[in-house]
Parts: sequence; C-alpha cells; structure tokens
Amino acid sequence: MNQRNDSGAVKWLLIVVSAAFLIVMLVLPLIYVLITAFREGIQPFLAAVTDQYALKSIQLTLEATVFAVITNTIFGLFAAWCITKFNFKGKKIISTLIDLPLTVSPIIAGLIFVLTYGRQSILYPYLKSAHISIIYAVPGIVMATIFVTFPFISRELIPVLTAQGTDEEEAAALMGAGGWTIFRRVTFPHIKWAFLYGIVLCSARAMGEFGAVSVLSGHLRGKTNTMPLYIELLYQGYDFTGAFAISSILVVMAIIILILRSVLEYRGKKNEE
Amino acid sequence: MEHTYYVEMRDVNKSFGSFQASKDINFGIEKGKLIGLLGPSGSGKTTILRMLAGLETADTGDIIIDGKIVNDVPASKRGIGFVFQSYALFRYLTVYENVAFGLKVQKWPKEKVRERVTEMLELVGLTGLEKRYPNQLSGGQRQRIAFARALAPQPQLLLLDEPFAAVDAKVRQELRSWLREMISSVGVTSIFVTHDQDEAIEVADEIIITNQGRIEQIGTPKDIYKQPVTPFVAQFIGQSSIVEHFQRFAGFEHANDAATYAVVRPEYVSVTKKKEYVRYPIHTEEGIVEQTAFRGSEIELKIRVKDAVIKANRLLDDEPVSVGETVNVFIYRVYAFDDTKAYVIENNALANPNSVII
Amino acid sequence: MIPGFGLSLGVTVTILSLIVVIPLCSLVIFSAQLSFADFIKTITSERVLASYKVSFLTALIASLINAGMGLIIAWVLVRYQFPGKRIMDGMIEIPFALPTAVAGISLTHMTVDNGWVGGFFAKFGIHIAYTRVGITLALVFIGIPFVVRSVQPVLEKIDVQYEEAASIMGASRIYTFRRVIMPEIMPALVAGFTMAFARSLGEYGSVVFIAGNTPFYTEITPLLIMSKLQEYDYASATSIALVMLAAAFLILFISAVVQSRTSKIVSGIQ
Repeated sequence: MNQRNDSGAVKWLLIVVSAAFLIVMLVLPLIYVLITAFREGIQPFLAAVTDQYALKSIQLTLEATVFAVITNTIFGLFAAWCITKFNFKGKKIISTLIDLPLTVSPIIAGLIFVLTYGRQSILYPYLKSAHISIIYAVPGIVMATIFVTFPFISRELIPVLTAQGTDEEEAAALMGAGGWTIFRRVTFPHIKWAFLYGIVLCSARAMGEFGAVSVLSGHLRGKTNTMPLYIELLYQGYDFTGAFAISSILVVMAIIILILRSVLEYRGKKNEE
Repeated sequence: MEHTYYVEMRDVNKSFGSFQASKDINFGIEKGKLIGLLGPSGSGKTTILRMLAGLETADTGDIIIDGKIVNDVPASKRGIGFVFQSYALFRYLTVYENVAFGLKVQKWPKEKVRERVTEMLELVGLTGLEKRYPNQLSGGQRQRIAFARALAPQPQLLLLDEPFAAVDAKVRQELRSWLREMISSVGVTSIFVTHDQDEAIEVADEIIITNQGRIEQIGTPKDIYKQPVTPFVAQFIGQSSIVEHFQRFAGFEHANDAATYAVVRPEYVSVTKKKEYVRYPIHTEEGIVEQTAFRGSEIELKIRVKDAVIKANRLLDDEPVSVGETVNVFIYRVYAFDDTKAYVIENNALANPNSVII
Repeated sequence: MIPGFGLSLGVTVTILSLIVVIPLCSLVIFSAQLSFADFIKTITSERVLASYKVSFLTALIASLINAGMGLIIAWVLVRYQFPGKRIMDGMIEIPFALPTAVAGISLTHMTVDNGWVGGFFAKFGIHIAYTRVGITLALVFIGIPFVVRSVQPVLEKIDVQYEEAASIMGASRIYTFRRVIMPEIMPALVAGFTMAFARSLGEYGSVVFIAGNTPFYTEITPLLIMSKLQEYDYASATSIALVMLAAAFLILFISAVVQSRTSKIVSGIQ
C-alpha cells in the first residue's frame, strides 16, 4: 500500500475535474480564436492579416518587443550580476524596485508615463521645444512595454545565480581572469537556460501587453496601434473576423511560446543535475 | 517444541521493479526484546521494517504479529509505533498536538488524551515544552518527542528507522543509552534499523544482519562478534583485514585447506618490538610496519607480514614503533571462510596449551 | 575579488531610474499637488465607490475559485501519474502566454447570449458576458496559474514520511490532509491567492471586453482610471490610481505577514 496513492475513484475524479476545468477555461478560448478566425474561410482571413494597418500593427508590436527584450536583457544581466555577486547597501531596495512593475496595474503603469512625459509634466516644455513626442507616440509604447516586462529576465537569473554562489567566480578572479572572461566562461553556462527562458517570458508579455500600451497610444490607426490595440479597434468596430484573424497570429505565437517554455524548462532542469 | 515468537516473518520476498529488496526473509522475535536490524545501506533492512509496519506489502510470505497473520491488516490497525529517520514531526503542530495526534485519531476522550500526553512528556523528560513547535527544539529533544509520539497510543511493537542518524555524534551517544533504558522500562518489543555496528552492538539484545536482501545471521551481539557464520558477517563486524592463504602464518599451519581466506581483527593481533619478550616464539611472525596512525586512544598500525597487510593496534603508552621497523606479530585467532561459511580458528599455540610448557 | 561591481551597479541603477524610479517619482510629485479635498471627493464619489465594489467582489470570488481549483490541479499534477500529464502541466501557462486582449475578445464572443457557451446558459436565464459573472470568468482565466505555480513546488517537497506517520497512527486520508498537509501548503496557497487577487484587481485587458462597462454595475476601477485619462482628467485618474496602489500594497503586506508568521513556526524562532 503506497500511502501517496488515493483510491482509484478519488484520483480519477480529481483528474477529470482538473482536466475539465482547464480545457473549458483555458484551452477552449484559445481554440475558439482559431476557429472563429477561419469561420468565413481562408480568403477573409488573408485579407484581414495583410491589411496595411494590420501589417503596421505587427511591425510596431515586433519593434516594441525587440526593444523590450534588448533593454531587459542588458538590465537583467547587469542587475543579476550586481545583486548576486556583491554585497552592498541598498541591495534590498534595488530588488524591491525591480519587482515593483509586477504589482502595479498596467493602467497605472501607463498613467505614470503620462504623468512623466505628458502635458502637465515639468519635462513637457523641453520635450516640445526639442520636437520629441513620447506620449501618444511610438517611444511611449516602447517605454510602457519595457516597464511591464521589466523584471522578467532578471527574476529568472537571480535565483539561479544565488544558488550557484560566488566560489567559482572568485576562483577565476584569483587566477587572473577578467570580468568578461569570468562571465562568459564561468557564469553564463549556469544561467544559459534560465536566460533563454526569461527572454521567452519577456517576449510573450511584450507582444501581448494591452493596458499600459492602451493608455499611451492615443489609438492612432497605423501609427501607434500594436496588435492587441488593433484587435480592440476591429472588435469594437464589429469586424469580428478581422479581430480574430489578428488574434490567431498571437495565439500561434502563444502556442510556440508554450512549447519553447516547456523545452527550456526541461533543459534547465537537466542542466542543474 | 516450537518457539513462541511475538513478531515473525516467514519466507518473505519483496521486489521493487527488477530490484529484489528482500529474499526469503525468515526470523522470529520474542516479546519484550530490543532488536537491531544491521546492514550496509541498500541491504534491505529498511524494507523489512517498512513491511512490518505495513508501509510496504510483501510479494510473498507471511508477516505475523502476536500470533496473527497481518499481511492484509493496514498499518493503522497493526498496533505499532513508528519512529521515522528524520522523525516526521508535524511542523505546524505543537509538541502537545504531535504527541496527542494518534490518540485524537483514535477518539480518546479529551481528559485521557491530556493525561497520556503529560505522562509521555514526563517519561521522555520534556515536560513544559508542550507549546513549542518542533523546529524550536534541539535534535535530541525532537528525537524524544518522536519517541513519545510513537509510544503514546500504547503500541505493542515499536519500530525505529535509523533513530540516531539525524542527531550529531555527541548527542547520539547519550541518546543510545537513554533509548535502551526507556525501552526496557516501557517493556515494548522494539526493532530498530541501523548501519552502525557499534550502535547495534551497544543497544540491541539481538542483532539481525542483512546483506543484499538476505538475512546473514541472527544472534546476540556477542555471538555475532565472536562466531560470525558467514563471510559477510566476519568482514562486516569489526575493523578487519582480509588475508589469503592464512595457513602460511605461524600457528595456523594446522587449519584445513577448504577455507582460503581469513579475516584478521586488530583486537586479536599483538604487536611487540623485537627486543620485547615473546611468549610463543614459534607461533609468532615477523612483520614490517608500513603505516602508523594516531586514533585517539590507540595507535593503529598497518604491518606487512609475508605479503599480506594486517591491521593492529598498540596502546599509546607502549613504546612507539616507527615505519620501516621490523616487529613481532602474534595472531591469536582468525575468522576463516569459504564461499558460504565462516569458522573461528585459534592460533595453534593457544589451541594446544601444552606446547608452551617446555 | 570578482570584478565588475561598479559597472554592473551603474548600469542597473541607471536603467532602473529611467524605467521605474523617475516615472514613479512623477506620480509622487503629481499626487503632492492634488488638493486633499478634491482627492477625497474624487475617490469617494458614488461611481468610483461602486467600481471598487465591482473590482473587489469579482476579484475576490475569482481568486477564491482559483485557490480551490488551483489546489486541486496542483495536487493532481504532483501526486498522480496519468496520460497527458505533461500537456496538462503546459496548459497552466496559457494565461501567461496568451495576450489578455485576445483572451478577452475570445471569452466575450463565446459567452454573449448568442455565443457557443453563452447560448447554452442563456436558456437557463444565466447571462455571462456584460455581467459580473463575465468579469469573474475573465479573472479566473488570468489568475489560475498563480495559485498552481505557487502550490505545486511546495506540494512536491512534502516528505512522504509525514503522511506515513499519520497513517500508522490511524489517521484517515482526509484527516491527514486537513491536519498535516494543509498547514504545510497554506503559506504557498495564501501567496498564490494574494498574487492572483492583486493581479485581478488591476487587470484590464481581459476584462474590458467582457465587462460591458455599465457604470455602477460592471465598471471596474482600472477602466474608470482609463476613462478619466481619456478625458485628460489626470487629477482624478491619479487619485483613483493611488487608492488602487494602496489596496495592492495592503494585500501584499497582509500576505507577507501571514507568510512570516508561518515561516516562524518552521524556522523555530519564537
């Protein structure tokens, strides 16, 4: 008698309840998008996704995602290095601030950028005289995207580096290795999978961010609409086929991300062993 | 006339997948005894304990407790107490609630529960710690609470899985004698698992030695030490060295040739300097000291005798010997063994006392 | 010692300041300029109060559902072997991977009264889309991974000895679960619940479509901030945002207190 096993009936009841819940709540909405996108055939689908505004929105989404991933990668690597390899005053404050964007509602994230760069800001006159527009323009969207995805990479790296400790780096430093060499040869192999995993999470969130971007975009069609914003526009204009067609691209991306995630998680676990 | 055993296993086999953890296990234990299940890790001792507890089911054979076959009796109905290796004290329950757990489950009346818990805490000497949580206790205290919890529902049989493994060496010594006294005062039949031979020899009334899923020998600590019946037991117990063709050593020429290997234990070897008096010169060998190591109360020596290396001890107060020195080596007795059996063989000088009176 | 301290700290602080600290400071500066009377008036106006109620109730109910279902799913994923287990484990992440707006329109379109799911329930007089039920549904969708991913690792680590010890003493599975396993996973469950709850309070993308946004009935607080912003009423938007931030921090604070109380028991500090 293995104590961990419940009787067959209880076990299967719980499995069925869980599976039913997940399929109805999570999988059905995903499949529904794909079905609705193609309900009127392939032609309307193609027309919707090759519309010039659609293409513009895809381009803007990719831009924002690339910026967010690059910025957060640079930040994530340096922040993880500085937090896990050194002891200094204010370390706790820095880690709290890094995690802060996760607890802030996306709407509030958008709001604080409006307050910083918008009309009532002290910076506004300078920005205006320099002809820089941030709010209701692409830079605002990029900044908001960076903000909401800010902790994603560093949060994946910090636990791995904390667990790894500083012995190996100290040993390498004593043998005379420079910072870059230590990072590349000693540290990076440990964090490789966590790092890729962080990039995947960051891209997923960056592509899908809606609330914060919505506040900052001003909804200028073809200029400041990302894919999620364009979907909203189409949906509210009762162009359901169009909305679901664009959505289906994001659904396919989501599925790819889920597969990548499970591969990376598996490799990461293997790497630790 | 058949023995009346309290706990018995008859022809028990158990496999985990392709790994056979228990092979033809047969033993019986009398009521009130304290038994040590001793063996190296992976030898199947814990499996035996878990089958007795009902945490594992035997593939074949019978498990008998108090005259009843309990193969199909669930763990909770076997009337046993179990002390886990890392105690498995419930971390979110207080000491009081931990000890009371089994009683509450068995629906003892509240007043009785209180009485019994108080009694148990007195027994283990931890009165006053009722409101503490397990992680606020020292390792030794936790062990005592685990013991109190197991004994509270008045089990007829107490099973302990490596009861001293989780405490540090200093406390372990103290807990051993405490446990020994405690069990004899409660009078409960007990079986504990250990991989530490000193622990088994010191604490147990009887020892069951397991190896590779089989029982090698059952006996009192003294029997096991002095009369090992299998090669494994001969080697496992004590700090021994193994020599081939032991018949070539002075004093053992008489032994029959069936057994080619022998275990030589340091306590049966006497090492003397060349100038010191030798009592049985013709039964004494010469050897060269290869290594000396300080072991606290003794100096451990490795001595090459012919082409074998034998471990021996000299006391700290003896005149020191140094590496490379030639010394006299007298071997009192060896445990000779062939593939299945072990025999005790005395040095001829001792086996035949007349030879010394010339 | 290890090189790179100055450089890494410098880069970290610079980016952190640009992205997080300066925008937050501007929130603080702007809030300081608000008149207190206006602030109180804004955050206690009837429509705003109604929106707190909608946000709080739907978030609470959704998070409670998620706590229950999340616990069951985590249990199933940790304790049982069955075909499709890996796929089920992967499904949990769908809400993290699927953009909230996509989830929002999909859930809405499915649950309107002539939709696939909504049509079925409409026969019984149950309306999902454009009601609080719909908001709750969207929040259940986004919150479920928080609970599962929080409980799962803790459940995996529970030593089988605890259950064996309880069962030898005669405890039933349910009693053991209640007295032994539940206390072990409670901190993780509370953490998962609060994360889901905090996230639900601030959620916008998935809710805005399904809510219908009827003032006093299905208007959530983030949406109210959004509409104030669209009217360029930054003062009101900021005032309401401050209340939301305070609520989020209060929730996280309560969660931290609960965590530290239980971790004291485990770490042995009195």
